[in-house]
Amino acid sequence: MDILPDPTTLVNEDSADGSIYSNPDLFDMEMDRIFMHNWIWVAHRSDLPESGNYITTFIGQHPVIVSRDRKGEVHVMLNRCRHRGATVCEHKKGKAASFVCPYHGWAYGLDGALRGVPFQEGYTGQLDKSNYPLISLRVEEYNGLIFASFDHDIMSLDAWLGRTKPWIDLFMKQGAGWPIKTMGEHKFTFPGNWKIQLENTTDAYHFPIVHKSFLDSVDSETQNTFDFVEGNGYVEDLGHGHSVMVMIPDLVDLDENLEAPIPERFQELADELAKDYPDEQVRRIVRAVGGSGFNLNLFPNLACSMAFFRVLRPLAVMETEIRHIAIGMDGGPELGNEMRLRLHEHFQGPMGFGTPDDSEAWDRVQRGSLAGRDISILLNRGLGHEAQREDGNLFSDVSAETGMRAAYRQWLVDMTGKTVRAENGE
Amino acid sequence: MSITLNEAIEMITLEADMLDHGDFREWLSLYTPSGIYVVPIDPDTEEFEKTLNYAYDNAEMREKRVERLLNGRAISAAPPAKTVRLQARYRMLESNAESCTLRCAQMLTELRQGRERYYSANVTFRLVRIDGALKIDRKIVRLLTSTEALTAVSYIL
Repeated sequence: MDILPDPTTLVNEDSADGSIYSNPDLFDMEMDRIFMHNWIWVAHRSDLPESGNYITTFIGQHPVIVSRDRKGEVHVMLNRCRHRGATVCEHKKGKAASFVCPYHGWAYGLDGALRGVPFQEGYTGQLDKSNYPLISLRVEEYNGLIFASFDHDIMSLDAWLGRTKPWIDLFMKQGAGWPIKTMGEHKFTFPGNWKIQLENTTDAYHFPIVHKSFLDSVDSETQNTFDFVEGNGYVEDLGHGHSVMVMIPDLVDLDENLEAPIPERFQELADELAKDYPDEQVRRIVRAVGGSGFNLNLFPNLACSMAFFRVLRPLAVMETEIRHIAIGMDGGPELGNEMRLRLHEHFQGPMGFGTPDDSEAWDRVQRGSLAGRDISILLNRGLGHEAQREDGNLFSDVSAETGMRAAYRQWLVDMTGKTVRAENGE
Repeated sequence: MSITLNEAIEMITLEADMLDHGDFREWLSLYTPSGIYVVPIDPDTEEFEKTLNYAYDNAEMREKRVERLLNGRAISAAPPAKTVRLQARYRMLESNAESCTLRCAQMLTELRQGRERYYSANVTFRLVRIDGALKIDRKIVRLLTSTEALTAVSYIL
């Protein structure tokens, strides 16, 4: 009989054992206990604007379809025919009236109901179609973010997101008054464990080191904006493994500080926008185009990261897929959205000036952490001056590892089976 | 006289050779000042400005990309991956005395930190004749795997 690893021996308040990145048994436990028992982000509302729209994606290692039915309701269903298990849809996105399994032609509605079975008389009354819909997961949405869960007993999405909700609302101000829409994505893999990337989202400490070459490529005003490691930003634990890292406090609320001077790199855009919009709206759009000044890490797979969504998917214990999804103003000025695309291309993706360097650092963490046995990964930066706000949130300086400690606390809760249950005490 | 296939091939082979041998500063001079180097994601788009690409480089961004590859400050490009690329299956799509459009296949092998990786692409060049010499006005690298997950590309495709 296999003996499962004991997660309580691997993670402490201020450190973790290096094997958490490479133990395949631990990975299998994570895929079950974390990815099948939490809310997992699957789509943004704008990915499914109309009835009949669908996308295919994954929850952990499970292929799913996210669809909008004729009544406008969103469904998340396992992409698995109830007959022999074939996937019923292999398109990344599209519009459909039904999903038909290519193997024996079983046809399912947008809500997963089994509608048609060819030559059904062959079952001589032994197949009640109502018993074999596509398996539906629980689905809930907050401010355009659609999450799903295998676990019908966990707390509501509202309770799970809890203290992150005001931050999600702030992040969505990048629509400058218009709704947010997704505008394509950079997708890449790196040969390392998913938690290495999870940690990185609230790691300001690496920025001036890893991203030297990005900083070389921008103007001095932008360099100053990104010079935040010794600034007055902070990292705050928002509960349930979520955290926020505020790098640029002036850019937390994009509706504020509208009177601030327009940065040089946005002046040309501002001049163009001024032909069509009043001054205040121009300033609002320009601030929105520049992105938020914070990274919000939502355990375990989504980050609202400055100006884009970062989505991670564990492929194997030492292989992770990352998507950097560009976002823009749905209905806003095209010029503003084009500038957002160029800014995204500049830093993000496999050919950006930032992502490949991050990816290299994570790759090295994976390879280096295989050296030796029983050697700790340190998670103690900023612990000495970590304090508590009135609402109970722990916080420390911007380069503190408070966000990682928050994530590993939730990791441990999930992994030891002590998942926080619904408030009704189930 | 229209630009011939041989002239065009000579030009883009020079570019390929420069990129594989790290002659990045010289590479910059092969482009027109308004030239664009683009690596799109969407296989069907021609409207690169309005869509997300892997790279959409004007002259300024090309210079920054070269600087990044040469200055040793980017950990993913210190040093850049070694590459060997082969181009073949050339087809002249249109040609006149001042400009031409050439499409070819490109198979590229990269080596970095002991890992060999491969990228295949259809590449379309728009070449223009300026003062008797051919320059690249547009290079569109359509990766076979553009909509799949890539790995870090620390070189110029």
